[in-house]
Amino acid sequence: MERERWCIHVQGIVQGVGFRPFVYALALRRRLSGFVLNNSQGVVIEVEGSTEVLQDFQHALQADLPPLAHIDTLQISHIANKQESSFVIVESERQAERNTLISPDSAICQDCLQELFDPQDRRFHYPFINCTNCGPRFTIIQDIPYDRANTTMAHFQMCPDCQQEYRDPLDRRFHAQPDACALCGPQIRFSTATAADSQDSIEQAAAQLARGAVLALKGLGGYHLACNALDERAVQRLRQRKRREAKPFALMVETLEVARQFCSISDDEAILLQSYRRPIVLLQQHSGLQVASDVAPGHNTLALMLPYTPLHYVLFEQCRRIFSTSQPVILVMTSGNLSDEPIAYRDEDARERLGPISDGILYHNREIFIRCDDSIVRHTTAGPQILRRARGYVPEPLTLPWPVPTPILACGAQLKNTFCMAKDQQAFVSHHIGDLENLETLRSFKEGIAHFQRLFDITPQVVVHDLHPDYLSTRYATELNLPAIGVQHHHAHIASVIIEHGLTEPVIGIAADGSGYGPDGAIWGGEILMADLCHFQRCFHLAYMPLPGGEQAIKQPWRMAAAYLCAAYGSDFEHIPLPFIQQLDHSTWKTLAQMIERKLHCPATSSLGRLCDAVAALIGLRSHVQYEGQAAIELEQLATTCPASSHPYAFDLLAQTGQIDVLPMIRTIVDDLLKHVPPAQIARRFHFTVAHLLTSTCVEVSKRSGVQKVALSGGIFQNRLILEELVQSLASQNFIVYLNHKVPTNDGGISLGQLAVAAAQLNEG
Amino acid sequence: LSHGSGGKATHNLIEGIFAPAFANTVLDRMEDAASLTLGGLRLAFTTDSYVVNPLFFAGGDIGQLAVHGTINDLAMAGADPLYLSVSMILEEGFPIDVLRRIVDSMARAAREAGVLIVTGDTKVVQRGKADGIFINTAGVGTIRAVAELGQTQVRVGDRILLSGAIGDHGVAIMLAREELDIETDVQSDSAPLHTLVATLLDNVGNSIHCFRDPTRGGIATSLNEIALSSELSIALDEQAIPVHAGVRGACEILGLDPLTIANEGKLLAMVAPEAEQLALKVMRAHPLGKEAMVIGTVQADPPGMVFLRTDIGGTRVLDMLVGDPLPRIC
Ligand SMILES: [Fe+3]
Ligand SMILES: [Mg+2]
Ligand SMILES: [Zn+2]
Ligand SMILES: [Zn+2]
Repeated sequence: MERERWCIHVQGIVQGVGFRPFVYALALRRRLSGFVLNNSQGVVIEVEGSTEVLQDFQHALQADLPPLAHIDTLQISHIANKQESSFVIVESERQAERNTLISPDSAICQDCLQELFDPQDRRFHYPFINCTNCGPRFTIIQDIPYDRANTTMAHFQMCPDCQQEYRDPLDRRFHAQPDACALCGPQIRFSTATAADSQDSIEQAAAQLARGAVLALKGLGGYHLACNALDERAVQRLRQRKRREAKPFALMVETLEVARQFCSISDDEAILLQSYRRPIVLLQQHSGLQVASDVAPGHNTLALMLPYTPLHYVLFEQCRRIFSTSQPVILVMTSGNLSDEPIAYRDEDARERLGPISDGILYHNREIFIRCDDSIVRHTTAGPQILRRARGYVPEPLTLPWPVPTPILACGAQLKNTFCMAKDQQAFVSHHIGDLENLETLRSFKEGIAHFQRLFDITPQVVVHDLHPDYLSTRYATELNLPAIGVQHHHAHIASVIIEHGLTEPVIGIAADGSGYGPDGAIWGGEILMADLCHFQRCFHLAYMPLPGGEQAIKQPWRMAAAYLCAAYGSDFEHIPLPFIQQLDHSTWKTLAQMIERKLHCPATSSLGRLCDAVAALIGLRSHVQYEGQAAIELEQLATTCPASSHPYAFDLLAQTGQIDVLPMIRTIVDDLLKHVPPAQIARRFHFTVAHLLTSTCVEVSKRSGVQKVALSGGIFQNRLILEELVQSLASQNFIVYLNHKVPTNDGGISLGQLAVAAAQLNEG
Repeated sequence: LSHGSGGKATHNLIEGIFAPAFANTVLDRMEDAASLTLGGLRLAFTTDSYVVNPLFFAGGDIGQLAVHGTINDLAMAGADPLYLSVSMILEEGFPIDVLRRIVDSMARAAREAGVLIVTGDTKVVQRGKADGIFINTAGVGTIRAVAELGQTQVRVGDRILLSGAIGDHGVAIMLAREELDIETDVQSDSAPLHTLVATLLDNVGNSIHCFRDPTRGGIATSLNEIALSSELSIALDEQAIPVHAGVRGACEILGLDPLTIANEGKLLAMVAPEAEQLALKVMRAHPLGKEAMVIGTVQADPPGMVFLRTDIGGTRVLDMLVGDPLPRIC
């Protein structure tokens, strides 16, 4: 029989996911000799044996991968035989270029979960149990290669038992870098204002929760604030202390069965909830069990996740034991921060910031190296959407349809910021960074960029930024002393869809959101573009309206309603007997009218988000918002209480100027209100109108261009009603519709779009 | 060229065009006034042009402003202002009685401040080549400060003192210019600051590292300039910054940030921490410093940035102003 030796180079997520023991076991079973090693390029395997066995080995290598592993490339070369007698795992070697991928953090696996609750197991109830198939990764890695010395586990000395598992290639914990046990690993602590660190920490924490306490809880990528979600007063207390007036809280329950007691869950949603990524999934609430009304005031959806760390599971077990109620345990698990700050992830910071607003802190001495929020996803009839991409997804790269010409850094937007770095054919979109106006967030933006450069060995040669001169990401980009490329906000939105789907010909892009800087100095946000990656052309947009007082008009939807009314009726509108108008403070309105008339701090805007705000205020729903998008969200919630509408309000498409005039709709809405048409009905009809209007515009553009592909992106498409009705109506006009599935449709996807545009422009030369 | 409403646009112009062209050791320090030594005498020297619309507004007029502004630039260098020049560019047809009112106002302002207007120049340009009246004043004074003052003297730990409420001048001008029907008692704070500076120097002179008058672009711009040139960070306590109710109300309606609005009679002093309380006492004892507050601290990190600790405990990065701010939120 012919004896051969193959050298196999594997790249992808192949480190820290049990790949080498998997290879070792495959080789052992087939009696092949050789070795496997990790280097900074990935994994190198040399195997020797008969041709058939080698072929079978290669097949198994690709077919039976460990759960967290992922192969991107596999190269085989034939080399001279060496005739060793065994197969071994060789220690890691360092190399100049780093090309290996890091796995996202993973929820506890079934094997570990079983051991966790097995009284005979030596890790019974040990809240840091993990193995090569699960546990922390991205959040504890300081550098590559992924070895314990390069993680925040470095200072824990393994006990002999753990060491043995760690060294045994056939053990599930072979080279599991965060491996530990109660004897040698991280320890849990619970501290309250009155009592210092105690022994039976988790039990005490559960007892506190039972009493209605608000606790700070250290998780994988940061701290949570937790309380009993069935306890009205506990939830109110949390709201008060966190200074979060209205924005919904996320929930955690132990099992899918519990979740089903108060949410409707489809198969797709169940899969998302249970996946090792364990994101927060937005679910429809049903009329069963009711959580405290303050969890998600005014919402008929709930944000829910299942436990993902062993600590969560042990805590739930204790809660189940201690809560003296027949109801299931449902915990609020909201990010550990005050209002809009970034979540706390360092212990000292948590003590300082969360100490005063919590009744106790459940923490431990395994450091979190990089902050990483919970991811948020949802299912729509148009497919899955990721609304916040972080834990469980990052730092998985997106494979580009072609290689970038040079390493590029795209700095993203101002709010919901992510950055994106690319080299060769891989784009690394960062975890959700947040709102850059906050100093702490700006710091994590800069630290995140440095960290990604190190982890993926990328030295950007070109930097990309939004056109808004005042975005702190723009300021950062232009101060880097690198060649800089500016990309228009809505072009970036559409480009993020184009690149996700690898589209090559121009598409009609509907970019709809709250605000983005237009090259004409106006604030865009209701745009119908013709775009490919390199270029875009603005075909239609909502007719410009003044945004009286700039940001103030975004925080105060009544200003937009007044601006629309003023445009529709002139200042005469004051005499219309509508509650909204009669409630306007006369002197404030007067000043606003003067500002509009004199164009004093009234930037022009074509924002669809602002139109939603205006309608929400006009029908008396909300005149001031407490969080971003609140008026539009509540308008959608109200609309869903009403059966579907099929009569759009009137509007005009002015082909000459490319303007979409919605003043006819505003006038009809006013008439409807005067006729006492219920606001919910108006809200519903408004949503249908938006979908209809965007579709009509696409038809118009398509008539001229023949283009039948439509890409949708922008924060507006977080509005499920608009999204689903639009996708449906576009499909009925034979359009092929593309959406973001891998990056957020909100500004969290901007960085990928920026990167795609810049790379395409550089490629074009 | 975009309209020079202060802030980053002007900053870029200076950094990009003037500073490199005129570079020398005095100019390079980028202070409001130049500090010179002439025959053993330490002098401060400065110039400024005044373009204001409208010419008259609640609490002042362009003439008074042209005197106070230059006095203040000298005062910020730690100097006692002595002599001013006045140079006017008038548009053909500019009404004489208006001119007389302006000139009278200048004379009164100079007299009250104890400075002499000792030289001048007048040009009349064709109709349409100027907007009514432009006034340039230059000034010299002797430096009273013993220790060196300036942005480069700012140290980590310094306290930032503000002599009073902000935004009055800018809001008064805006209300007058746009003839807005906002009921308010806001008046320009235009005032000469040199006696306030003198008493501070006499009492806590060695502990003062830098003076600034936060004119165009407001305290946001002044503090950003200090942070940039000292390569230090400035942390402000939002709640400590005094703002009159009228200014706050007008800013709320207009969607403006008082921190970015011009002042003409306020100063910022960077003071060593041990002198904080004494300096505050001295300021509050002076008629122009009655509402003085300690509004922040200089720290090392992050260099070149100014940020606000907001009342809910967050930290908001405070940037310079580029014209009217365009929304960055969604
Ligand atoms: Fe956007
Ligand atoms: Mg000046
Ligand atoms: Zn496991
Ligand atoms: Zn151990």
